Amino acid sequence: MEEILTFFYVHREIIFIVALSIFLGIEVISNVPAVLHTPLMSGANAIHGVVIIGAIIVMGHADTFTAKALGFLAVILGTLNVVGGFVVTDRMLNMFKKKNKKSE
Amino acid sequence: MDKVISLTEKISFTPGESLLEISYLLASILFIVGLKMLSRPETARRGNIWAAIGMGIAILTTILFHRNSEGEPISNVGWILLAIAIGTGIGWLIAIRVKMTAMPQLVSFFNGMGGAAAALISLMEFPHISDNLIAQYGMLNGHVLAILLGLLIGSVSFAGSMVAFGKLDGKVKDIRSKVLRFVNIGLLAFLIGFIVYIMSLGEVDPQSIMPLIYVMFAVSLIYGVLFVMPIGGADMPVVISLLNSFTGIAAAMGGFLYENQAMLTGGILVGSAGMILTVLMCKAMNRSLTNVIIGAFGGGGAALENEEGSIKETSVSDAAIMMNYSRKVMIVPGYGLAVAKAQHLCHELDKQLEESGVEVKYAIHSVAGRMPGHMNVLLAEADVPYEKLLEGEEANEMIDDVDVVMVVGANDVVNPAAEDDPSSPVYGMPVIKARNAKNIVVLKRGMGKGYAGIENNLFFNDKTKMLFGDAKDTIQKLIDEVKDL
Repeated sequence: MEEILTFFYVHREIIFIVALSIFLGIEVISNVPAVLHTPLMSGANAIHGVVIIGAIIVMGHADTFTAKALGFLAVILGTLNVVGGFVVTDRMLNMFKKKNKKSE
Repeated sequence: MDKVISLTEKISFTPGESLLEISYLLASILFIVGLKMLSRPETARRGNIWAAIGMGIAILTTILFHRNSEGEPISNVGWILLAIAIGTGIGWLIAIRVKMTAMPQLVSFFNGMGGAAAALISLMEFPHISDNLIAQYGMLNGHVLAILLGLLIGSVSFAGSMVAFGKLDGKVKDIRSKVLRFVNIGLLAFLIGFIVYIMSLGEVDPQSIMPLIYVMFAVSLIYGVLFVMPIGGADMPVVISLLNSFTGIAAAMGGFLYENQAMLTGGILVGSAGMILTVLMCKAMNRSLTNVIIGAFGGGGAALENEEGSIKETSVSDAAIMMNYSRKVMIVPGYGLAVAKAQHLCHELDKQLEESGVEVKYAIHSVAGRMPGHMNVLLAEADVPYEKLLEGEEANEMIDDVDVVMVVGANDVVNPAAEDDPSSPVYGMPVIKARNAKNIVVLKRGMGKGYAGIENNLFFNDKTKMLFGDAKDTIQKLIDEVKDL
């Protein structure tokens, strides 16, 4: 029990951020029209590419060859997630924009 | 001011570190605003760009200003930049080159990459858990939990996404079996038990239990594969959305590990938003999430018993004449249209018909195609004006007046069993009530069942005429016929 209390106290800021972010995520997404489900999923997909920051940190402090190789791979994969995700989302949304212009 | 300075001396910080935190704050705000803007059609594109800018800032400042707990800056910068360059090049190329029809696969693929990165980070960080932490708490500490969860969720997300990618691409077939369900539950229990076991080891050198971690990595990958294996292709969008949310959580684990606010907020935001999106998608298909995961879909031979008549084929010219002399034609596109890449021709046919004074509308079911909104994107690509696209409900309101409904490569979304056969797996799903129209023309490759593997009574309806063949060829012939009339 004491461990849990200590854990909560030590990490209180993070726990607050997590709790509030969960509600924020729910709030931000509700009421999205079905048409946008795919682009939204794709956009969110790009945002979790933020994991690349972790990859950069690991790579930045890697000292052995294995660590460097794995870190290198992690950065590539993370970048794929970020760049691919945003570009694909943009491509999808570009189509919507084109048609909006026509209807104006 | 003196107070501030003395305070800063105590917590020893550098301007760079402060800038880094400010940039993370900025990135987090941009993620939130971007996501919010993405959920409205008018602002969606800008939202995506804003989120991308946030990401760029976070990446750049991390390389420039990040210091680890010993105050060392990021090294290997050359290699990092090279990796980023490679990733950007490949990611950009794939994203630009891939056909719009293959988009769902692509989202799944990129999602898998994120999951894999998260898993790799966990693998590399485990041996480096700080000695102080272990001396104080043993393995029972937050870092170990974050690393193990990151490893588990990241690997499941990676393996699962790759299977989903394969399924959508038609390379991987469904495997359904009751045994698999128990195997999956067993594996999940094993993995959770494994985490508990490792955390209960007390004071050990993390380096020495690395083999255990590799075992866990392998089992997580297997679980990821088996988790997605039995899920039917029609449910893939829901699964991708779910895995998307998983990767978000895995990224957040990294954020916890590094006390990195950008990773934490970005990850959790996607985790919770992805979860809600998953639920919304399930609702659009009238399925519960548990149903999707356990995989109750694709039973269905039952509907065959209610067979109303026999299949009637028609010729292209008959169909063309029928449509050309109607007042209202409604096109119901499905994935078949996307596969045949017939969206441009479809628009061409619709223009021809409009020239003959026919009113043409498109009825877009919310899950037509492989993902919600997929069909809208494809038709938008073919320059079909926005006003012509009707959503399911709008379409159903006017369908009684429609002279000809042309179903192009759609099946489950027009299945009447959803309304009147409680034994059907699609029962209760909102469908486009094609059978209420005066005539129905169905363009279909063959008599195969739809994606969900369920029989469709609509094809046996007295008002239905079938046009077998590749949608693209058939539509091209229809265009030629209509032109000649």
